[in-house]
Amino acid sequence: MADELPAEVQGWIGKERYKEKGEFPVEQGYIWTTCSSVENGNPLFWDEEAAAEITGGPIAPPTMISVWFRPHLWAPGRTKQAQPLQIHFDLKEALCLPEAVMTDNTITFYEPVRPGDWLETCQVLHSVSEPKTTKLGSGRFWVIEVRYTNQDGERVAVESYTGFGYKR
Amino acid sequence: MSETANLTLGDVSEGADLPLLSYDVTATTVVLGALASRDFRPMHHDKDFAQNRNGVQDIFLNTPNQAAWFERYLTDWTGPKGRLGKIQFRMKNSVFPGDKMVFTGSVKGVGKDEDGCGWVDLAVNLSVGARTVTDCSARVAVPVDDDDNPWARKGDDWKP
Repeated sequence: MADELPAEVQGWIGKERYKEKGEFPVEQGYIWTTCSSVENGNPLFWDEEAAAEITGGPIAPPTMISVWFRPHLWAPGRTKQAQPLQIHFDLKEALCLPEAVMTDNTITFYEPVRPGDWLETCQVLHSVSEPKTTKLGSGRFWVIEVRYTNQDGERVAVESYTGFGYKR
Repeated sequence: MSETANLTLGDVSEGADLPLLSYDVTATTVVLGALASRDFRPMHHDKDFAQNRNGVQDIFLNTPNQAAWFERYLTDWTGPKGRLGKIQFRMKNSVFPGDKMVFTGSVKGVGKDEDGCGWVDLAVNLSVGARTVTDCSARVAVPVDDDDNPWARKGDDWKP
């Protein structure tokens, strides 16, 4: 692996890319399935009266923010499987690193996300490390920021992922 | 959760420990968590892929579901008025079917910001046996008294 970062990848750093609207609105079914998966009994998600009193109506668990942007694996007219966090997959391809894992995740939460919201997002590549070797293999770390807003243009969350792309 | 907590800032002191949460993970836990978060990557449902492509022993808990577990752990403690400001976590190892996950946490800081919002900073650890899987730090707003509600804060009054 060459130490030099390809110009194509260098050009992605700091640029807002993949600006897109979610494929479906924030919906209650996924909220219940997620709460059920971790046995989260917070009344905000199960009791309409509690939600009305505390959060002015139902909201989604804040940590579900990325869920609303994971694309359908298949949709009419789609010829290529869509990937969430496309920059991550672009980096794997551009740097010829077939495997990858996520190591760090930071999420800052702003306005609550509510059922019926249509969220928008964009991705920004922050940085790509020098080549490194870990117990998984040889590759590079990268940091991707994901910005989320609602249909009123309000910021709802900012997320940052550190990924490690590698060859075994 | 047997009864709903209703923590206020006065109940919290630096150095205090949160109640421990333990959970026996099965393949269903991992697959349900992945599908609930619409994460269809095969290492979260296909053992053969996880072993041969990722080089790990089994399918493993995915990132957004870990975030959901941390949220549940924190808000079990605060009650519904607790509002997450920020969470940050580093995954050092993975959680596999057959593992007993153990969540522990402690209060690292307590205070109010310039707008009077009450904040608690916490360190949370997810471990399996002697192995630390994930270290998490979290900043959670809790009411300063019974009349306060962090969820009422909007725009510039909310500084996570």
